[in-house]
Amino acid sequence: MDSSWLRPAAAGLEILPARAFIDPLRPVDLAIITHAHADHARPGHKQVIATAQTLAIMAARLGPDFAETKTVLDYGESLMLGDLRLGMAPAGHILGSAQIIMDYNDTRIIAAGDYKRAADPTCQPFQPVPCDIFITEATFGLPVFRQPDPLAEIARLLALRARFQGRAILVAAYALGKAQRLIALLRQAGWDETIYLHGAMLGPCRIYQEFGVDLGDLQPVTTDRKSLPADQLAGQFVLAPPSALGSRWARRLPDPVSCMASGWMQVRARARQSGIECPLVISDHADWPDLLATLDEVRPRQVWVTHGREDALLHACKQRGLDARALRLIGYEEDSA
Amino acid sequence: MKSFSGLLEGLLYAPGRNSKLSWLQDWLAETPDPDRGWGLAALTGELTFAHVKAGLVRELAAAASDPELFALSYDFVGDLAETTALIWPEPAELAPPPRLAAIVEALQQANRQQAAELISGWLGSMDATQRWALLKLATGGLRVGVSGRLARLSVATAFDRDIAEIEEIWPLLEPPYRALFDWLEGRSDRPDARGRAVFRPLMLAHPLSEEAAEQLDMTRYQTEWKWDGARVELAAAEDGVRLFSRSGDDITAAFPEIVPPAGWQGTLDGELLAGQPDAVASFGRLQQRLNRKKAGRKLQADNPVFLRVYDLLIEGETDWREKPLSARRARLEQLAGSWLPDGRLDLSEVLAVATPQELDELRAACRSDQLIEGMMLKLKDSPYLAGRPKGHWWKWKRDPLRADLVIMYAQRGHGRRSSLYSDFTLGAWRDGADGPELVPVAKAYSGFSDQELRALDKFVRQNIVNRFGPVREVEKQLVAELAFDSVQRSSRHRSGVALRFPRFHAVRWDKPAEEADWLPTIEALIGD
Ligand SMILES: [Zn+2]
Repeated sequence: MDSSWLRPAAAGLEILPARAFIDPLRPVDLAIITHAHADHARPGHKQVIATAQTLAIMAARLGPDFAETKTVLDYGESLMLGDLRLGMAPAGHILGSAQIIMDYNDTRIIAAGDYKRAADPTCQPFQPVPCDIFITEATFGLPVFRQPDPLAEIARLLALRARFQGRAILVAAYALGKAQRLIALLRQAGWDETIYLHGAMLGPCRIYQEFGVDLGDLQPVTTDRKSLPADQLAGQFVLAPPSALGSRWARRLPDPVSCMASGWMQVRARARQSGIECPLVISDHADWPDLLATLDEVRPRQVWVTHGREDALLHACKQRGLDARALRLIGYEEDSA
Repeated sequence: MKSFSGLLEGLLYAPGRNSKLSWLQDWLAETPDPDRGWGLAALTGELTFAHVKAGLVRELAAAASDPELFALSYDFVGDLAETTALIWPEPAELAPPPRLAAIVEALQQANRQQAAELISGWLGSMDATQRWALLKLATGGLRVGVSGRLARLSVATAFDRDIAEIEEIWPLLEPPYRALFDWLEGRSDRPDARGRAVFRPLMLAHPLSEEAAEQLDMTRYQTEWKWDGARVELAAAEDGVRLFSRSGDDITAAFPEIVPPAGWQGTLDGELLAGQPDAVASFGRLQQRLNRKKAGRKLQADNPVFLRVYDLLIEGETDWREKPLSARRARLEQLAGSWLPDGRLDLSEVLAVATPQELDELRAACRSDQLIEGMMLKLKDSPYLAGRPKGHWWKWKRDPLRADLVIMYAQRGHGRRSSLYSDFTLGAWRDGADGPELVPVAKAYSGFSDQELRALDKFVRQNIVNRFGPVREVEKQLVAELAFDSVQRSSRHRSGVALRFPRFHAVRWDKPAEEADWLPTIEALIGD
């Protein structure tokens, strides 16, 4: 096994034989992007290789000319960068999110990027691919993180609506990925009325719809600086980014019940500090049991942990006889958790 | 247990007092006895299990998880009960959880070993929220922002009663409060306080404005000094002698020397003062006593206190509260004859005031006396009414530039104080869209003693609800009396007023937050 050709560098994970970086933090000549969240998909690279969905979201976010060359590499396809074979597999994190599969010198390394195993109607499920070295995140790398069934959380949200009649149910969620997943889960739970959106949600939702994800009837709360009348929003679900909670915008809603969907909501002190009335434990990252289950399925000879709470994961790897090390990459935020 | 864990979580995240109140009311309406009473007792800290302490939870957690993983998790979560609840293995199958009452009654009878087995057994069939609620209940650290007062208010609102009716009989009740609910739901008579040394809610005054003072017919009022001490109530009955703070806390152990003459039974309203009746000492001296939970003989001798009696509520079998003040005062004057020798009780003097001019002269006189806070004007015809009824009692403060405000935010100080929360933002009440709300009116970081500062710091640490950079938002429950030089209008402040040179005058541990001042009271001081 040869792992010398992949190393953590200041700009991110560097693939030496391809002169490329995975999710680089600063502009580089060749960037391979796992998914379109802002901390992973930054502007200014000359060439970008990513899935079609990731490229589309990047174009919408950063402008159509965000890179000189854009190379589509879809799930199951591969291309050669010199002697290195590059492939993609679904990561289950958000639409278009991919694990980067690298084969070089008889060694297969997979950088999984952000990933999850829980059900998500808006993206392809994570596909376990056997490899020598598995590079994992550890956002929720502590045994206290055991996410409930997302549909059970949605059932709580629907119960909340029944309890607080006449109030708008304002759900704060990351605009890309989490919001669309919540909408799709609400649809799955039988909510087929219009869902109302903060302006920041419109663009990402449109892209999901263009890629064939059915989100049902959506409507912006504000058009041309005019808000919908309060009585129309009473008893309705309104989705907004977390920054909108408590804002002037939110005060236009009829007595909104503030909710937040995030894996961090599992820790009550943290949920309470965010000043919300109803926390929903719904995350786009693998929880503790899923991190361990994934390692069991992928069966790598070595585990590298990029960022998050790596100490506990390293400890658990050691207990399983897995060789593990922490890369301690910085610059990847956890807002989208 | 399922509905109790739902209540706890609802209260934990409830954004304000009204929202908490609505959760409590729903719980009282939907929950059968004795579960609702046990729940109420647990919320207000009246329910503790001697054998269930943090150590026991730690042992259970250690047995159920890897020690290193537990340590890392505890480090991150920061709360023992919550860490244990979250890390506990998920049950293969959820069993219907036991009723709250079954849990409480079993834990009350269990020794340490049995308690550990019981809890471990229950945890094994509960979901994470129920596990959290169970561990919080068992260790007695619910911390969901429900004061005793709020709990009693929720009972009053749920059953459409006056809070004073509930407050008065509360000391007679014991969890799970069956006698209370039996009365409220018409199955039995109201619990009777006769013969019991219990707290009766005090009668409070409204501030007197200049215009109102000129309108009063002084001959209809009894005028007294308003002493700068601590308002208390002394109760003596078959079951003993007790001293209560104005909010009803039992402070007997701190002032054991305050007793009525041997054999006398009844309830007196008065001001606790430092020194002797003929040589009253400063509020600072009293503060030293108020800071101590117990007083031995030496402290009693070095720093004596006495009770200056304002009013008579009960004597023997007779409830004097229904009678007019003039009758109560006449009876007090008869009684006072027997108090003189021991020096621990004396009677508040009635001042001769017949005209507004005479009132003015007295106000001028008390401006130069630091021991007097102002004056009280009490309608002679008034019965003794619990709470703050309108149109009966008025208070006029010598130094109008003081206000009782609620501590809302705290921040660490600088230099010597950088390890302590010493910079405070305080607020007054105003009418908000969702009922009364606090609005910040002043920042203050001086005027307290080192000892008070340490107590304030401890309060902040234990009551943080939110963090904004270096600023900590705290549970809105502690009142401080601020002194300040003047009040000005200010468009830069959300409250529309700015206090000049605000500083702490006293930390009012005894005063409930809902009795802090309202913004209009402070606005009325503008330009003074
Ligand atoms: Zn992400």
